[in-house]
Amino acid sequence: MPCNPAEHALSRRGFLTGAAGLAGLSAFAAPTGGKALAVDGKRVLVVYLAGGVSQLETWDPKPGTNTGGPFQTIPTSIAGTHVCELLPHTARHMGKIALVRGVNTAEDDHGKGDVIMQTGRRTEPGMTYPHLGSVCAKLLGAEASPLPGYIHVTPSGAGGVGNDAAFLGPRFASVSLDDGKAPANIDRPIGLEIGDDAARQAIRLAASERFLKKRRTAQTEAYTHSYDQAAQLMRKRNIFDTANESAKVRDRYGRHDFGRHCLMARRLLEGGATYVKVTHTNYDTHHENFDFHIEQLGEFDGPFATLLDDLQVRGLLDSTLVIVMSEFGRTPNINRNYGRDHWSRAWSVALAGCGVNGGAVSGKTNANGTAVTDGMVNGGHLFHTYLKALGFDGKKNWYIDQRPIPMADPKAGPIKEVLA
Amino acid sequence: MSAPPTLPEKIDPALTRMLAQATHAAPLIGCRVSPCGKFVFASSQDNTIVRWDIALKTKTVLSGHKSWVRALAFGGGRLFTADWAGRLIAWDHAAAKPDPVLNILAHRGWARALAVSPDGKTLASCGNDRLVKLWSIPDGKALASFEGHESHVYNVAFHPSGKSLASGDLKGNVKEWSLDGKDVRTLDAKILHKYDAGFGADIGGVRSMAFDPMGKWLACAGITNVSNAFAGIGNPLVVLFDWATGKQKQLLRPKAGFQGTGWGTAFTSGGHVLGVGGGNGGVFWSWTADQPLAAFTLTLPGNARDLAMHPDGRRFAVPFDNGAVRVYDMGPKG
Repeated sequence: MPCNPAEHALSRRGFLTGAAGLAGLSAFAAPTGGKALAVDGKRVLVVYLAGGVSQLETWDPKPGTNTGGPFQTIPTSIAGTHVCELLPHTARHMGKIALVRGVNTAEDDHGKGDVIMQTGRRTEPGMTYPHLGSVCAKLLGAEASPLPGYIHVTPSGAGGVGNDAAFLGPRFASVSLDDGKAPANIDRPIGLEIGDDAARQAIRLAASERFLKKRRTAQTEAYTHSYDQAAQLMRKRNIFDTANESAKVRDRYGRHDFGRHCLMARRLLEGGATYVKVTHTNYDTHHENFDFHIEQLGEFDGPFATLLDDLQVRGLLDSTLVIVMSEFGRTPNINRNYGRDHWSRAWSVALAGCGVNGGAVSGKTNANGTAVTDGMVNGGHLFHTYLKALGFDGKKNWYIDQRPIPMADPKAGPIKEVLA
Repeated sequence: MSAPPTLPEKIDPALTRMLAQATHAAPLIGCRVSPCGKFVFASSQDNTIVRWDIALKTKTVLSGHKSWVRALAFGGGRLFTADWAGRLIAWDHAAAKPDPVLNILAHRGWARALAVSPDGKTLASCGNDRLVKLWSIPDGKALASFEGHESHVYNVAFHPSGKSLASGDLKGNVKEWSLDGKDVRTLDAKILHKYDAGFGADIGGVRSMAFDPMGKWLACAGITNVSNAFAGIGNPLVVLFDWATGKQKQLLRPKAGFQGTGWGTAFTSGGHVLGVGGGNGGVFWSWTADQPLAAFTLTLPGNARDLAMHPDGRRFAVPFDNGAVRVYDMGPKG
């Protein structure tokens, strides 16, 4: 169902009330070792191809087979590794990219597939796990950043504050930038002088402190933190203004929404953001899969390659884990409407940057891509791998009121082949 | 090449019935009947072109493309085919075992449609590089390249006068070109396109295009009224233009509700407009230019993906998503 922009429009006021209003099991969950795990200078970029991008039209093409479709493969900068012809710019960067071609998440439902990819676990009754973005915001020390720890750059009409931090607490929940634009009302109201604003804040702080002495909870912590962060956000508001970039730079990223959103992602990462997720919609191509992938990947390929270029040039790529994921892949079988349907049994995820063995390929599918024949992994393995690439051990625990909760699925482990 | 059979006195789409059917191992995409009337050629998702005799008894597989083909046209005794990789191949279509006699990289990206001029001397092609190109027949020499479309060019057709050609694109812009490349005018078939903001993608385009034999009408088929692009939820439509004025004469729709795309359109010598479509199954329709709803509807056993008239004017061939090809007859039995 389409989002109602009025309901989801993110404003500074909404940011504050939204963060304070979200309840997890406990905000005081802490990783083993607490702040000792915090790692300075690492960050994460996720490009989420919503709806389920086709692995056959991207990372694991099968031309000339009954499932291959009309597209050809192209060589990449890594000898022997080919990708679909729809990714010519990305192909140049394959030396930086590791492919996981043996993904089997065994879940063909959009919502449940998304949960697996965001949390590394299947949906469990009575238990909600934090999303990777919230986990990274916590582990990477996002609390010290002027920017929200988990920023989601969304397509138009999908702004808001997420409920994805679970027991980590609302201060690590995602903050969405609707259409990649700055939060509304980020400027000080016209007519409110600096001195008056400071006095107003002082009164609020005094009242808040008095309240906190009696009722300190996860929500009050988040409420206080969100005010502090909002104030810092206001001081960093230039970061949201891509008009500061030259026409040449904006052309390199492309003048369409996804290009603009990738440029925003680069600015956010440069500006100290710890986790930025950019969603590109949409790949749910039950009909006309090939025409739609020409259009969608035509938007994805150039800006993504440009973003990798820019991160590298700025010396950020080695410390930025880049993940390209969907909630699942698409059926090898081509349906009667030239479409591909949901398929989670054999699909691919791409990684680059921090902790990643660029050029590596893990896992293998059979000749026509219907099954994983080697190196099968699931969402748990991927989640472990992301944490390991960032220097964390997914087998360690969170503690919720002294109860240990493994950071990643204890039945899985990292995918060593793609780790540096 | 033998002369086409004499046109029958009575052709009535309401009489349409299947004459023959055959099946290939892979889904079919496009098809054409040879000018001699002896062969049906259909392209397949296994990258081959399949030739059947018109009775659909004998089958020959033509190999040479490395991608899918939806563009087929005859000229100078040859079959021309073009694929998603932009490659144009010519075949001696009546040979016992046709092999490629010409292989040209014609377009950057998908070459979507081909058409041959009425005098048989010029081939037109179009594609995702937004170009319309002309080639000489039979040698395949490049003659001209027309720029002007701002989106993928989905179809091309010569006017029966041979003095101009039309091309239609993803956005529903239909251009008339003079043979020397002048962008004469643009006709509005935008009803065949939608940008689905929810999915962030374009859907539609001129999926089939045909002039009537006298050059009075131009029919453009596709999908309209799209409510969900990625599920293909929309309705087939044929936009009928008065070629002299460039105005829409009629929007031809199914009589009963049908969700899918109009994949093929053609005219009969009696002035009927024909169409086939696919979505949740396949349908054949016929219209008269003065009525917007189909006068005749025939349910087809599978998603119809193209419509190819036989030179006798009464038969036509349809390729299907399940690998079947069927030949139908609009004339009286016997």
